[in-house]
Amino acid sequence: MGFLDTLSSNPNARQTVYASAFIFFTALILLPSMLGIFLKRESIGEVFTDPALMGRAQSAIVWSFTVAFLVSTLDLLAGLPLAWFIVRSGSRWVNVVDTLADIPFIIPTAALGFSSFLFWSSPGGISTLFGVEALIPPGVILVMLLHFAFSFPVIVRVIVGELLGYKETYEIAAKTLGAQPFTAVRTVTLPIIKPALVAAFLLAFGRSLSETGATLMVAGPVFENGPVFIKKAKDAGLEGPLVFVSFILIVASVLIFALIRFLGARLRLPTGRVSPFLERGLSRTRSVAARDGVTLLIFIIFVLAPSLFVSLPATYALLDGTFTEAVSGRGVWGGFWQSMLLSYGIGVVATLINIVAGLPVAIMIARNKLGKTSTTLLDMLVNVPIMVPSVALGVSLSFFWNALGSLPELWVLILSHTTITYTYFVRAMAAAVEGVSAEMEETARTLGGRPLTVFRRITLPLTKYSVFSGAVLVFTRSVDETGAAIAVSRQLKTAPVLLVDWVKGVVPVTASERALGVSFLVLTSFLSLLILRLVIRGKR
Amino acid sequence: MPGVRLVQVSKGFGRIRAVDRVSLEVQDGEYVCILGPTGSGKTTLLRLIAGLVEPDEGEVYIGNRLVNQYPPEERDAVYVPQRYALFPHITVLENVAFGSTAKGVDREEAFENSRRTLELVRLGWRADAFPEELSGGMQQRVALARGLASGAKLLLLDEPLGALDARLRVELRDKLRKLVKEQGLTAFHVTHDQEEALTVADRIIVLREGRVQQQGTPFHVYRRPENLFVANFVGGTNFLEGVVAGREREGSYIRLRGDLQVQVQDISYLVDETVVVAVREEKTLIKADVDEEPNTLSGEVKAVRFLGCFTRYEVGLENGDTVASRVPTYTLEKTFTAGSRVKVGFHPVDAMVYPYPSLGLLKEVEVS
Repeated sequence: MGFLDTLSSNPNARQTVYASAFIFFTALILLPSMLGIFLKRESIGEVFTDPALMGRAQSAIVWSFTVAFLVSTLDLLAGLPLAWFIVRSGSRWVNVVDTLADIPFIIPTAALGFSSFLFWSSPGGISTLFGVEALIPPGVILVMLLHFAFSFPVIVRVIVGELLGYKETYEIAAKTLGAQPFTAVRTVTLPIIKPALVAAFLLAFGRSLSETGATLMVAGPVFENGPVFIKKAKDAGLEGPLVFVSFILIVASVLIFALIRFLGARLRLPTGRVSPFLERGLSRTRSVAARDGVTLLIFIIFVLAPSLFVSLPATYALLDGTFTEAVSGRGVWGGFWQSMLLSYGIGVVATLINIVAGLPVAIMIARNKLGKTSTTLLDMLVNVPIMVPSVALGVSLSFFWNALGSLPELWVLILSHTTITYTYFVRAMAAAVEGVSAEMEETARTLGGRPLTVFRRITLPLTKYSVFSGAVLVFTRSVDETGAAIAVSRQLKTAPVLLVDWVKGVVPVTASERALGVSFLVLTSFLSLLILRLVIRGKR
Repeated sequence: MPGVRLVQVSKGFGRIRAVDRVSLEVQDGEYVCILGPTGSGKTTLLRLIAGLVEPDEGEVYIGNRLVNQYPPEERDAVYVPQRYALFPHITVLENVAFGSTAKGVDREEAFENSRRTLELVRLGWRADAFPEELSGGMQQRVALARGLASGAKLLLLDEPLGALDARLRVELRDKLRKLVKEQGLTAFHVTHDQEEALTVADRIIVLREGRVQQQGTPFHVYRRPENLFVANFVGGTNFLEGVVAGREREGSYIRLRGDLQVQVQDISYLVDETVVVAVREEKTLIKADVDEEPNTLSGEVKAVRFLGCFTRYEVGLENGDTVASRVPTYTLEKTFTAGSRVKVGFHPVDAMVYPYPSLGLLKEVEVS
């Protein structure tokens, strides 16, 4: 029994740990996310004196929310049947589909953007089948297709998780009362899993609002949503418009999230009238098979193929000598490997900071340490970094840290990545700690265990997989992050930011080099997630 | 050493007062049952003693120590929740050794001691199993062994038999008491099952809405309930509302509704005072023929419930009241069916009399 274990019995020592973690969250995560923009509020006036700029800014904001809303709705409509297929069909292909559904997760969004661009808009992609140069040229439709693809696995994962935990007895009871299978699902199951549907929608919505790097690749020269506008304004040195759009995005996102959360709990799914004839038809084996077929087709054409397409030109790169050049680090590859090192270095540091600073906050939330009202408030505030579009968050952070003095750029990058990923770790850990019965910890204490002993020997062993998977999630999210990195970086470029420059032609590179660079990022992300899968499977 | 004393202890959660000015004293080695309906504050009382919640006011003593400021790990009072809270990721032996190793006892010594304790509950052969591999009864014994091996002398058992099926509960409750007594422990056993409390306790403390209603030996609480709530909660009881019609040296006369009259031994109430007469169901006799004995009331059998060794009759009296009579099945000279005309009665000495409650009888005996 060490000194720290003994110290943990002292309530003041415990309060100090919790207070430190809370101060870290408030001072280094929450305030910089919101305050940076307010520090520059005076520059907003610039936008109002230039009607053309104002028009662009307003249009960009409207497009951000329109795309996010449409894409999340379509994702929900397409993702629900696929989740249903995975959980309920009993098909022998379920495991394959289940694994494939995660592919857009594995691929960093910047890479996914490039892959989508190649698939839909380049002569070597699907356009060949139609004899055109670009079936879907860069612009709003391509942005929506891209957002649909990367938000899709979020929806499927959340609903699959919910359906696995759903008690089928409700549905069975409805059927024994005379409901057709389709009616039972529509009027009983869906209303019961409504919170998960709302959560899935919100996650997809937030992901679409935040995405920057990939959107830049497929937006084309004309289309602008919030993040694209912010990037252009930053490049052009237009501080006023940058602040204006970031401010509106932050405030509107927080309001919309709060509104959907609030209404989501009260909203009743419109179950409407039952049409026995129609619903009997929809419950028939042939109808179900047709639905599954269409669902899988949508998944393959709009999600899977565009996500994986980049592997084709990457294969050419292995043959035409680009690979050898890349490994030797010559030419543009010197900078590429430096960026990769920077991305992974920042990922490691951000992960470690999150574990140390996030764990006590996760425990505070899971164990209601601040009392009901304050804990609920903390629980909501922890979500702020994922509610706010990451590029707007990056702009705010950049202003905040630069206002405080000349903090080295590397530290600003680390703090930004820590902020962007903080919510993921705290959420994962809070859920895991909530899963450990408080009674178990209490009993351990009455048996003589000091708080730290109980944490080390009971809570931690029971949550270690969540700590690990939370850490991997934070790490991969940090490595993938583009929006905030673009907003705060001046000289240093993380790998996704560099790849955006490559794809946009800021740095002259060949098509093979672009494809190989993107593939390296995909491969390393894939390896990180593979480790996660193996560990989780080991647990089972 | 581990006697427990509570002095005017209160604990509230928001507007709810879970424990309200409770004072009690439990002797070393006593087996105490805290009995009460759901929401009566039983678990909160146990958690206050364990140190898992802090009292808003009052003092908690374990032995001679005032422990209000002591954390749970320094109270030597083991809390055993209803589902036992066995640690799922470690073996049975490691579970049992947890208390000792957490306190810094040498691992070898702790394990040796834990093996002996497991033998005591006859589970030595399952030492290497994981908790989920054990039956409910075995898990309960492991939880007890874990408490014993930690060296604590005070056991706080929160519905320890609640998760078991009915037959196993009966079997294990006797073993539980035997083990506690053999080891010289003091035990608090929370339950809402009156039969369980009557069977295992040296003393019963009846709680309602955070307040102690009565405490005493099981016999005393059963035979002499101090109020209508206890009379109703502990054992089946008939209640008859009435007014004191007259008082004599040998007893009082109570006029019931419909001009029926009964005699009771209690003479502590004044004439014209409104009272409630309570008679245990097993003291309410049922016969077919006319009887000139006092307190014989006519009625009709409304329902018959066969309970194995007992048969329970619900009889509607002529004044509209209903009484129940619980009769050992094998002593019945004649069985009755619904609709039979019968006489029910009780001896004046078996009637308990209470003042009529200000909020009404139903409110007074309400369980939830």
